[in-house]
Amino acid sequence: MIEFREVSKVFHTSKQNEVKAVNDVSLSVNEGEIFGVIGLSGAGKSTLLRLVNLLESPTYGEVLVNDKSISTLSPKELRQMRQKIGMIFQNFNLFNSRTVFGNVAYPLKIAKVPKQEIKKRVNELLSFVGLADKADQYPEQLSGGQKQRVGIARALATSPDILICDEATSALDPETTGEILNLLKKVNREFNVTILLITHEMNVIRTICNRVAVMENGEVIEEGSVYDIFTNPQERTTQKFISSVLNDHISSNLFKQLQASKKGRLYRVIFMGDATNQPVLSNIAKDYNVSVNIINGNISELQEALFGNLVVELQGNDNEIDQVVEELQKQVQVKEVTDHAG
Amino acid sequence: MQVDWNTFWPRIFEATGETLTMVLFTLLFSSVFGIALGLLLYVTREGNILENKVLFNILNVFINIIRPIPFIILLVALSPVTRVVVGTTIGTWAAIFPMTIAASFGIARIVENNLVSIDPGIIEAAKAMGASPVSIIFTVLIPEALGPLILGLTFISVALIDFSAMAGTVGGGGLGDLAMTYGYQRFDNSVMFVTVLLLIVLTQIAQFIGNYLARIFLRR
Ligand SMILES: Nc1ncnc2c1ncn2[C@@H]1O[C@H](COP(=O)(O)OP(=O)(O)O)[C@@H](O)[C@H]1O
Ligand SMILES: [Mg+2]
Repeated sequence: MIEFREVSKVFHTSKQNEVKAVNDVSLSVNEGEIFGVIGLSGAGKSTLLRLVNLLESPTYGEVLVNDKSISTLSPKELRQMRQKIGMIFQNFNLFNSRTVFGNVAYPLKIAKVPKQEIKKRVNELLSFVGLADKADQYPEQLSGGQKQRVGIARALATSPDILICDEATSALDPETTGEILNLLKKVNREFNVTILLITHEMNVIRTICNRVAVMENGEVIEEGSVYDIFTNPQERTTQKFISSVLNDHISSNLFKQLQASKKGRLYRVIFMGDATNQPVLSNIAKDYNVSVNIINGNISELQEALFGNLVVELQGNDNEIDQVVEELQKQVQVKEVTDHAG
Repeated sequence: MQVDWNTFWPRIFEATGETLTMVLFTLLFSSVFGIALGLLLYVTREGNILENKVLFNILNVFINIIRPIPFIILLVALSPVTRVVVGTTIGTWAAIFPMTIAASFGIARIVENNLVSIDPGIIEAAKAMGASPVSIIFTVLIPEALGPLILGLTFISVALIDFSAMAGTVGGGGLGDLAMTYGYQRFDNSVMFVTVLLLIVLTQIAQFIGNYLARIFLRR
């Protein structure tokens, strides 16, 4: 649906200086999925997103939307294509001079839709986002969450196939973020809109994305299904993003205490799918003379599958612990924890 | 010497009409030119929707040259052009021409400043929805800048009442001219008092209308 082929974007900030905001990125976003790009501020996410509707044009490489290279479009074709790609923004970017109704009607006016139809469509959309009673209000009278709902309704007005979201929830509080993410999920399911979003919050990725790419210094450093990335992150940056939401690391103090007490060995146990519902640890503890001390852990939902992450201390003699680990590894992932960040 | 108030009141009436003619027509013409010029200046600026370095620089330098010239000098300096355009250098219409020129450049800067303060994100949103540069000008830039723009035009209207007094002295007529001829040259303070009072009233009315309209568009 959207394909980046070896795309780079270079900004010339002055005569000598240049910034490679996007560096040789190849990615493809499939029809119907919610694809997230995560990275720290300055990683090049916004620039990457803006290449999709040619708000920025690529310096090298090409961007394909629906198998069409967008750089080859005439200005008129480009405007028509943009009507099929909705966009929402961190700061909403609503027209202050227009009411909620006027904002949602705007893209339809641009697309020269007849007035009667505009009215019907706008009312439909406002009900969909839950703002039917706010049609005559101006943006300044709305809360952040309501503004983003207007933004979403406006982006959907022309029934686009694709929705691109630039930090759509970054200006919102956690509760409102949840509501907006739910709404985006609903947009994806009910209208079969493909969503490409960028964010610096792993929580957003975990909540709604199917696949994710991690960006750093303009490059995509890791990519995969959200489930795989969460359960088996390869890059340091990815691991940091994941710990930011899983809160799965024991503090260095606690680690030192446990080491000093020398009672047992620390392991990280990762449960996925069915294993989450089984009493794996207690079954094994029964079979061997090893006791299990749970230090830290949580179970979260990822892509409708459960995902558990425990740090346990196995106490017993070394030989038996090794056997337990071996036995456990048949069912779940087990890694010895050797430092507090492990 | 004393004025004959019986003939003076019709004269005041006439002069008020001349002042209003000068101010309103100048406002009309200079709004059209000034807004067009201001928009052109804004959209051709680097990074904006119709970026054009050459045009921008020409306009920018031109405005910077015309703007600092004191109006009274511009009035005289433009008189050959005024003769060509209007056909004469005397009378209300001959005053409107230089006033329009001076006000247009002032309005252009005001318009440009108002446009610069629009959040670029809003313009980008319109672009992302497939709006063409021309429709962005008419459906985003003008409506978004309208409130402050009306305040700017109000400011210009008040300045135009001032300009009209100066333009009057070169044959434009109007209240300023009346105050000068009766009050200054004939030392009649009562006439000066009446005309000054009228000028104050006109200024207040202009300010009131402007504030009222701006309030509607700014919704505060
Ligand atoms: N229009 C621009 N001109 C110059 N540099 C830019 C421009 N846009 C972005 N950059 C630079 O490109 C890099 C990536 O920016 P951006 O894509 O906004 O990152 P992110 O959205 O991940 O925070 C930054 O170093 C930024 O300063
Ligand atoms: Mg950004």
